[in-house]
Amino acid sequence: MSAADVLPSRSATASRQGEGRRLVSTRLLASELRLIGGRRRNQAGLVVLAAVPIMMAIAVKVSTPGPGDGPDFLSSITSNGLFVPFAALSVEIAMFLPLAMSMLAGDSVAGEANIGTLRYLLTVPVDRARLLAVKYASLCLGALWGVAAVVIPGAVAGIALFGTGDMTTLSGSQLGFGAAVWRLVLASLYLSAGLAAFAAIGLFISTLTEQPIGAAIAIMVVNILAWILDAVPQLGWLHPWLFMHDWLAFPDLLRDPIQWSNLLHGLGIDLAYAVVFWLAAWARFAGKDITS
Amino acid sequence: MSTVADPGLAVESAGLTKRFGSQLAVGGIDLAVPRGAVYGFLGPNGSGKTTTIRMLLGLVRPTAGTSALLGLPVPARAGEALHRVGSLVEGPAFHPYLSGRANLVRLDAADLLADPRTTSQRVDAALDRVGLLAAARKRYRAYSLGMRQRLAIAAALLQPRDLLVLDEPTNGLDPQGTREVRSLIGSLAADGTTVLVSSHLLAEVEQVCSHLGIMREGHLVAQGTAGEVRGTGGSTARVRTEQPEEAARVLVELGVEKVTLGSSSVHGVPGDLAPEKIVAALVYAGVGVQEFTVSTPRLEDLFVQLTGEGFDVSG
Ligand SMILES: Nc1ncnc2c1ncn2[C@@H]1O[C@H](COP(=O)(O)OP(=O)(O)OP(=O)(O)O)[C@@H](O)[C@H]1O
Ligand SMILES: [Mg+2]
Repeated sequence: MSAADVLPSRSATASRQGEGRRLVSTRLLASELRLIGGRRRNQAGLVVLAAVPIMMAIAVKVSTPGPGDGPDFLSSITSNGLFVPFAALSVEIAMFLPLAMSMLAGDSVAGEANIGTLRYLLTVPVDRARLLAVKYASLCLGALWGVAAVVIPGAVAGIALFGTGDMTTLSGSQLGFGAAVWRLVLASLYLSAGLAAFAAIGLFISTLTEQPIGAAIAIMVVNILAWILDAVPQLGWLHPWLFMHDWLAFPDLLRDPIQWSNLLHGLGIDLAYAVVFWLAAWARFAGKDITS
Repeated sequence: MSTVADPGLAVESAGLTKRFGSQLAVGGIDLAVPRGAVYGFLGPNGSGKTTTIRMLLGLVRPTAGTSALLGLPVPARAGEALHRVGSLVEGPAFHPYLSGRANLVRLDAADLLADPRTTSQRVDAALDRVGLLAAARKRYRAYSLGMRQRLAIAAALLQPRDLLVLDEPTNGLDPQGTREVRSLIGSLAADGTTVLVSSHLLAEVEQVCSHLGIMREGHLVAQGTAGEVRGTGGSTARVRTEQPEEAARVLVELGVEKVTLGSSSVHGVPGDLAPEKIVAALVYAGVGVQEFTVSTPRLEDLFVQLTGEGFDVSG
């Protein structure tokens, strides 16, 4: 058969090219979220995240601690149940939430490379920049998911055990229930943004290897290093530039009025980390040989 | 370097080269797969077939050289081309905890050109085509090797394709599965789909391929239509007779080359000579012909001849 014989034959996909060409589709993102949400490991992680505020609420209920005991907020819990999620966030933001993000981010690219599904996604084809964008979007939603897993069970348990009296802000004034809930929502979004910035570092690390567990450990090491550096007073000049430094400013949302300066600085740092590391991930991934 | 973009070729490469560190995996090959062909891409283990296919699909950057899929340069316009290409690269790979069906739905979801309204129907059709419909809802983890391979073929068939690139598609399949894949390739080719199929199992490609390319240590040592490639080995004419000397004399006069005398037979390489002319000349010269055969070499012999006898892979 000569080439001329077959050239005029119909192009199998000619009709597909014309109609229904989409520039954006949320199908891959939805599939990604189903994949993340469907994994036993991730479900177990959510349970752990949710267990902390519930345990804290119960512990406080059975042994009312004296003022000044334990972490911030803990002593205020008895006056308003909404302090439970705040207290849980301040406990989990150092280890549990970053650990959860490390697992998700480590898996994002390295996990697909490890089992070989990456080559089949790329030959579908999925543009490499688009794949990184979808992976990152799923990590951002994962951050929100993780924070919600702390905040919602915490709020429910807190309200059930301690009720919803007026909330005394750190400045000493009182907030009504609605205003207090709003502050809680802002704190959740603020910490989710911080975790999303951290996830960009994770996404980058995940493009460097085909070992998802190795990537997750490396990402967690980055987190721990940052916390250690943040604790060294001689490195004070560095602290404002550490991605996690301003996470600890989230209680500023409980002042009256809200003290925005550190929060806004934190959001700026988040954005910078997200952009820089997403671009680094792209620079690494765009031309990478997929040999797995 | 010659540029590639011949619209008559479904797959084309010029000087395509890949080095992994100091290891030369593919050493400057010029592939030419005509549209409508079933191209058997053969070679022993480690000869560079999978690496070549990865370069063709834009998964791996060539160290040197260029390639094009369906007339579109890779990787510059790989995105456009790949929508029309179904592929199977180095075995199946799916998410172990999703069912076979869910895995295909995920791949379909990743395709911007796929119509979500027909996903379910296309997924079922693809599963049916590889005989996997009954096991569609089992988790991939629980699939046998052959079922996994079938699922990977189904993934390549989710959309109508102009080109299928299949790397070892029958690896792990039972004899029925192998036969089905062979007839699947045949029926796809009959629909006008070009198929590039790599293998080291010669028997299975021998029957379906219109074209062959043979790799050895990263180089393409033979390429062309199946007839041309086999022709490089040369067909052999053999005469069984009681008068071998007489027969040999006639064959030499006719211009048959490499005439060799046996005790009760003669054989040689007839080249372009028509077999019926040889028989007529023998009979006219009074030679009693008991048996006359013209045989093309078996692909396996040719393969061994072109790629060497050694069992060890070349490092
Ligand atoms: N990622 C890699 N890093 C280093 N060397 C590699 C890599 N991938 C392949 N090679 C080498 O390139 C050569 C060709 O490998 P390739 O996988 O292309 O062979 P193949 O023809 O597909 O073999 P098989 O029939 O066994 O599948 C081999 O020598 C292999 O060791
Ligand atoms: Mg191979």
